[in-house]
Amino acid sequence: MTERTADTIRWLSGNEAIALGAWEAGVRVASGYPGTPSTEIMEHLSGYEGVYTEWAPNEKVALEVAIGASFAGGRALATMKHVGLNVAADPLFTAAYTGGRGGLVILTADDPDMHSSQNEQDNRNYALAAKLPMLEPSDPAESREFVKIAFALSEELDTPVLLRITTRIAHVKGVVGTGERVESPLQPRIEKHPEKFVMLPAMARRRRLHVEERMQRSRALAETVPYNRVEAGDRKRGFITSSVSYLYVKEAFPEATVLKLGMCWPLPEKKIRDFAASVDELFIVEELDPFLETQIKAMGIPCRGKELIPAIGELNTAIVRKAIDPGRQPVELFESVPLPPRPPNMCPGCPHRGIFFNLSRMKLFVSGDIGCYTLGFLPPLNALDTTVCMGASIPMAHGMVKAIGPEANQQVVSVIGDSTFVHSGITGLINSVYNGSAATLIILDNRITAMTGQQPNPASGTSIKGEPAQSLDLEALCRAVGVKHVRVVNPHEVPECRKIIKEEVERDEMSVIIARAPCVLLPELKLRKPVSYYTNIDNCVGCTSCIRLGCPAISWHPLAEGEAEARGYKKSQKGYSQIDEVLCNDCGQCASLCKFNAITRGEPK
Amino acid sequence: MMSDNKNILFSGVGGQGILLASELTAYALLAAGFDVKKSEVHGMAQRGGSVTAQLRYGAKVYSPLIDPGCADVQMAFEMMEAVRYLPYLHRGSKVIVNTQQILPPSVATGQAEYPRDVLQELTRRGIEVIAVDAFAIAREAGEVRTANVALVGALSVQLPVDEGVFHRIIEEHVPERFRTENMKAFAAGRQAGLR
Repeated sequence: MTERTADTIRWLSGNEAIALGAWEAGVRVASGYPGTPSTEIMEHLSGYEGVYTEWAPNEKVALEVAIGASFAGGRALATMKHVGLNVAADPLFTAAYTGGRGGLVILTADDPDMHSSQNEQDNRNYALAAKLPMLEPSDPAESREFVKIAFALSEELDTPVLLRITTRIAHVKGVVGTGERVESPLQPRIEKHPEKFVMLPAMARRRRLHVEERMQRSRALAETVPYNRVEAGDRKRGFITSSVSYLYVKEAFPEATVLKLGMCWPLPEKKIRDFAASVDELFIVEELDPFLETQIKAMGIPCRGKELIPAIGELNTAIVRKAIDPGRQPVELFESVPLPPRPPNMCPGCPHRGIFFNLSRMKLFVSGDIGCYTLGFLPPLNALDTTVCMGASIPMAHGMVKAIGPEANQQVVSVIGDSTFVHSGITGLINSVYNGSAATLIILDNRITAMTGQQPNPASGTSIKGEPAQSLDLEALCRAVGVKHVRVVNPHEVPECRKIIKEEVERDEMSVIIARAPCVLLPELKLRKPVSYYTNIDNCVGCTSCIRLGCPAISWHPLAEGEAEARGYKKSQKGYSQIDEVLCNDCGQCASLCKFNAITRGEPK
Repeated sequence: MMSDNKNILFSGVGGQGILLASELTAYALLAAGFDVKKSEVHGMAQRGGSVTAQLRYGAKVYSPLIDPGCADVQMAFEMMEAVRYLPYLHRGSKVIVNTQQILPPSVATGQAEYPRDVLQELTRRGIEVIAVDAFAIAREAGEVRTANVALVGALSVQLPVDEGVFHRIIEEHVPERFRTENMKAFAAGRQAGLR
């Protein structure tokens, strides 16, 4: 191999490549809400010149911002994870009628196998339902290329274009080419087109016809675009595939003939018919739903797909190979060995831990939400009883109490993070107040959108670029929507918090507790050298209070027979706890719980 | 027809610097002229969870994922995590393992035990184990956070890339204030990998 120099190639993730492609395509405005696996697109795009970027409070708003920018003639991008498109579905379906002026691209990042999601959904179905073209790249290089195609297509066909990636495109790194930024020929300015932009029934009925006419043109285009391409090979087997599945097919069956669909909606019917006629046997290889297969079978073309290929979870080369060719497995596999699991955990010093410790001890029903604090479900805290979607915790608690009766007021609390509260919790809180809920809400306010990697939100006081921004006053907001009892607590003071939670839960009116302490991963906190807490082993009586916090910095050391007395403990003591000074982040929750003066801050004893 | 791609699996615990180590390795392979793809999963496993990165290189790489039974080298940042992905390995795979132990929650709270002699599970199956005390190397180098680069040093012995390419890549990609420490850790790691 010839040695390369660093500047001849770029090696980027799919998300970085999308940011690059969007920038090269002259994007003017980009808005998104962080969500794995889509988050890094906005993070990278915010580093480029000539594009306005922002974090929106939710995906619906992000898309609406992008629609506005497009109406003004700017190329606009909205990014979100798959479930985010559910939130944005409302503007999406009508934007399909209006189209835009500047190219409008909506990026949906699906998560087959649910690496970090609450469901597994195939957002190709949105393209079909909303009657919109959808492009699907297979790797980072195509990701860059397809963003540019999507913007051009959007302007050519007067339509929003959906760009769908999956985890194995977003978080895969590969070799990517680069180019210059090309500004769109459209100059953003005010232009009034009420017949196109005002979807009152009379006008929407006319645009409805445009949608059909556009689908016809899109179908015709799908027949000729170079990214719907046949890769000729052995005609015994033909594969129709798209997205990352294409790579698995190429690796498993490099000799086969393949129709790779870069546009998965609408489909090129003639191209598919010609391809089917040219091969002996036709296979459809796609992740999740039989989306292509259903359409191809509806064309009356015999093919095999989901009868062989799983419809649940991710595919890989081995699955594809085995499904199509069961006799050809290359290796015999070792079986796995049973090991203690290693689940993700809240960080040492995480402010959420103290609240969940209290809720767990108080045996309350905890209506939960989506964020780092969803990890409060895991042992030893086991302090979360529901997780459905962003913003659901508050209305679900309200619904439960209404179903059970007022006695449930003292048994049900809801928890939500600051970012999730702003995303879609506020409307739920308004509803609870308006309809006379008395369930307590705890806002776990760590000043940041932590789970996806510390993105700022309207309550953080900074913008996507880290510049100062107006910080949303959560206390004032809660009071403004009608909450009479709003209290702010320090979650690290565990016994004090329990007292306050108890008082508020017993109240017969809606109350909000804001548990406020910063995320320990905030860059400014990470830079500081934390002081460690230490265990004074002589004083530890092995009560396990601190152990039950489930802090990664605290570990339990069981005592062997006779060891208790040798160490000067009571004979009955089973073990002692110890704090790892490297991991400790100086929150002091354990010290606030220890009744035996065994945990101190500062120098080791 | 099987591809001639080579597969490296990185495994460890969130926060150990696995992603940077896999990046450095990839950059070195790219500099040497290979096509390289890498896949990783972010999100729930940011902190303390089990983390993997899959790296594939060759003349042309299609799939970003390593098939079960097809990892040629595994770089394990923690002892137990060397064994967790056993179904990805095959007889003759090489496993470079950091001898550090990090207790998962069930062990830290006394509900489970850390497995004893866990590496024997590998050697019993004909897998070559190369043990490296990366923490000690990093401490010796003057910065404990260079343990991941020490492990890249041990891994570099197994790769068709000149040592000088690694030096250049590390200089380009590690923070300037820890450059000397990282270079020391890499050199000592490489020595440990040769043994």
